[in-house]
Amino acid sequence: MTLAYLLAGVVMIALTAYALLGGADFGGGVWDLLAFGPRKDRQRELIAHAIGPVWEANHVWLILAVVLLFTCFPLAFTAIAIDLHIPLTLALIGIVLRGSAFSFRAYGDSRAAGVRRWGRVFSIASLITPLLLGMCVGAVTSSAPWDAAGPGTFRSTFIGTWLNWYCASVGVLALAAFAFLAAAYLTVETTDAELREDFRLRGLWAGIVVGVAALLVLLLAGTAARSMQEGLLHSTWSVPLHLATLGVAVTAVSALWVRRWRLARVAAALEVAFLLWGWGLGQFPYLLPPNLTIEDAAAPQATLEGVTIALVLGGAVLIPSLIYLFRVFKSANRTIESP
Amino acid sequence: MSDLFAARSQMALSLAFHIVFAVIGIGMPVLMALAERQWQRTGDPAYLDLAKRWARGTAILFAVGAVSGTVLSFELGLLWPRFMAFAGPIIGMPFSLEGFAFFTEAIFLGIYLYGRDRISPRAHFTAAILVAVSGALSGVFVVIANAWMNAPTGFTFDRVPILASDVHPLAAMANPAAFPEALHMILAAYAATGFGVAGIHALLILRGRTAPFHKYALRLALLVGVPAAILQPISGDVAARHVAVAQPAKLAAAEALFVTQDHAPLELGGFPDMAARVDRWGVRIPAALSLLAFHDPSAQVTGLDRIPADQWPNVPVVHLAFDVMVGIGTYLALVGLWVLLSAWRRGAIGRAHFRALAIATPLGFIAIEAGWVVTEVGRQPWIIYGVLRTGDAVTPMPGLVVPFTVITLLYVFLAVVVTRLLMRHVARSPQ
Ligand code: HDD
Ligand code: HEM
Ligand code: HEM
Repeated sequence: MTLAYLLAGVVMIALTAYALLGGADFGGGVWDLLAFGPRKDRQRELIAHAIGPVWEANHVWLILAVVLLFTCFPLAFTAIAIDLHIPLTLALIGIVLRGSAFSFRAYGDSRAAGVRRWGRVFSIASLITPLLLGMCVGAVTSSAPWDAAGPGTFRSTFIGTWLNWYCASVGVLALAAFAFLAAAYLTVETTDAELREDFRLRGLWAGIVVGVAALLVLLLAGTAARSMQEGLLHSTWSVPLHLATLGVAVTAVSALWVRRWRLARVAAALEVAFLLWGWGLGQFPYLLPPNLTIEDAAAPQATLEGVTIALVLGGAVLIPSLIYLFRVFKSANRTIESP
Repeated sequence: MSDLFAARSQMALSLAFHIVFAVIGIGMPVLMALAERQWQRTGDPAYLDLAKRWARGTAILFAVGAVSGTVLSFELGLLWPRFMAFAGPIIGMPFSLEGFAFFTEAIFLGIYLYGRDRISPRAHFTAAILVAVSGALSGVFVVIANAWMNAPTGFTFDRVPILASDVHPLAAMANPAAFPEALHMILAAYAATGFGVAGIHALLILRGRTAPFHKYALRLALLVGVPAAILQPISGDVAARHVAVAQPAKLAAAEALFVTQDHAPLELGGFPDMAARVDRWGVRIPAALSLLAFHDPSAQVTGLDRIPADQWPNVPVVHLAFDVMVGIGTYLALVGLWVLLSAWRRGAIGRAHFRALAIATPLGFIAIEAGWVVTEVGRQPWIIYGVLRTGDAVTPMPGLVVPFTVITLLYVFLAVVVTRLLMRHVARSPQ
């Protein structure tokens, strides 16, 4: 195993952490948008309290993934940044609006109208951004765009790469998975039995949508992302991986059903992690199928070594700090006073 | 508008927007930590009130800083893919370290903002310190990456810079521009935030607010701002001496020095007449530039005549920006010294001081924008000085004027909202 493979694994870990933590924050925004019924305001309050202290830290996982990508795999980063200019720019606008609106609502505008307006911006941006990010992931896994010999047309290079049914299905999968995670986590964030029931129901529905979307992705991959589909279906690890994913998926939904909140949270996280790693393994050893492998895209050895050392040093600071953060805010169910 | 110009404008706008919030993210944690310490030492509730109100304002600004920074890390690739393919492996190291600094900053900011009732006062104070330290570190790391663009080291390349070989990430970080730029930037952050906060409270005091809250705030802000402002011209001199040797075109443009000469004069103000190749209507101090740049009045300073015309930066822009920065730097340092002397001799400062401070409120930030214009526009036409031209690095994506327009509208909107929220926040502070 080479250093390049190791670092590609670290990029996957950062993406997984972003999906499990930052993704759930987006999912919270989705439930904010879909809040209804007599406990509408209490639902929104719970979501805001759960996200408040952690979303900025959770967001940094995305930065880490991007930085590692352009440092260790500059050719892949460059190809993605050129072809996916449009959806990435749109996703960035979503990220900007989501984060600013959340903090304007939490700290700035205390008038009721202001709170409502920024809440709306926050929740709509939380819905659109995961769709776009998912579409970009879809484009990375498909073989067509990176295959084109010579310069294509504007439509084929900058639009066709991501605006198609396959990428849309990956976008929906990402959105559903994030909403599912958020619902499962939120049942643990409160001691209020009624709110728990609200999010239990939402989690059950979202869990079903995740399953359907995952199947849809696998079907549509047949034409759009052939090499990934083959990896997913015909490798030695295919059967165990699918069984494991199915197992945690069923566990997550049944745990919600029987109100085993903590188990549901763990199983939901594992399910999303398995889906992501299925993608990663499915296209291994390609970073951008069908041509660019991890090793072809890798930076010079000295860079990879330097980054590995930086990761070890940084990790030694980061991991205890993260544990402390989650200890302080996620261990007990005391309410958090915002400043 | 050409695609290249749109890309440059979008990059400049995004950076100019982000830097305001980044600077506050470096400076405010220091102020909050000081207020926190005073509260724990004196038990005076005005300090607690101060720490809480500063934290509320900072929370908004920090969030905007974080998301606008995210935009930047993508834009490096979205706008300059050829640059990133070449530079990523070389300067990825400071960016990775910066990533970890962001992590600690965001983690302990969350703990500081929301943790007051959940952890001990000591742990809470430590969190504020850690935010301040990691904020400064993230600034240092990203400026080291920028310094490498000005003074690239740690690699070799064939004539066409597509992929670098023989890469040494640590040698790239140890480039000769790194120390002067990082020092100057960190001091700038403290000077701008310190004078910005001091100016707001000086204005409120002038308008008749008497609560001790404002006096305390003013004192802590000056404690951070004044030393930095006094040291800033010195660190600027360190930076200028580096630029004189390593990037003569930038210094010549900043000083509108068209002809190489010894005993080179310093041109203050004026407007460079590009056709006649002279600086008009400026004040000329004989031999001062030689003295400043090389600490020797007879030293020869390279003028634009030694630089091929296709490698000139935009001289009027760089010259004007440089004069704005140096002018403000002089004003802030003098006001700082005056306040310091009066406070020391008479134990108090009066209305004239408050007025001078109120004027200074936005100046530090204006100087920072101007300084970055000197650095970045002064490097043109190079994106990596002497290695890669900006025009060769831009993305092939057509129609870049569209994203530029959209990002501009978004940032103007955000700037208006943030300003209104902060003004309401300040207006609600104690009478
Ligand atoms: C509060 C802000 C502030 C103040 C008062 C000053 N500067 Fe500055 N200056 C900056 C904020 C700044 C900056 C925005 O932070 C820059 C941009 C890049 C950098 O490293 O710092 C900068 C860049 C910069 C450069 C270019 C460095 C390079 O391109 O490598 C020079 C030569 C100076 N400065 C010189 C000075 C001098 C002689 C000053 C005398 C008073 C001065 N600055 C005051
Ligand atoms: C000299 C210029 C810069 C300085 C001093 C600076 C400093 C900072 C600081 C202190 C923060 C913390 C957030 C805050 O305080 O609001 C921040 C955030 C950020 N900056 Fe910058 N920055 C600069 C330029 C850049 C550039 C060029 C990039 C992109 C490559 C960048 C990327 C980021 C990112 C991604 C964040 C968000 C981190 C988070 O989520 O907490 N910055 N920057
Ligand atoms: C945050 C403070 C900064 C400000 C206000 C700033 C300002 C600018 C401006 C005005 C330009 C346009 C120059 C022109 O095209 O004429 C520019 C370009 C650029 N800057 Fe900076 N800059 C900052 C920091 C940085 C840092 C820290 C980096 C990288 C690590 C960076 C990387 C770039 C790149 C890649 C370009 C585009 C290529 C070029 O025009 O050379 N900048 N910046």
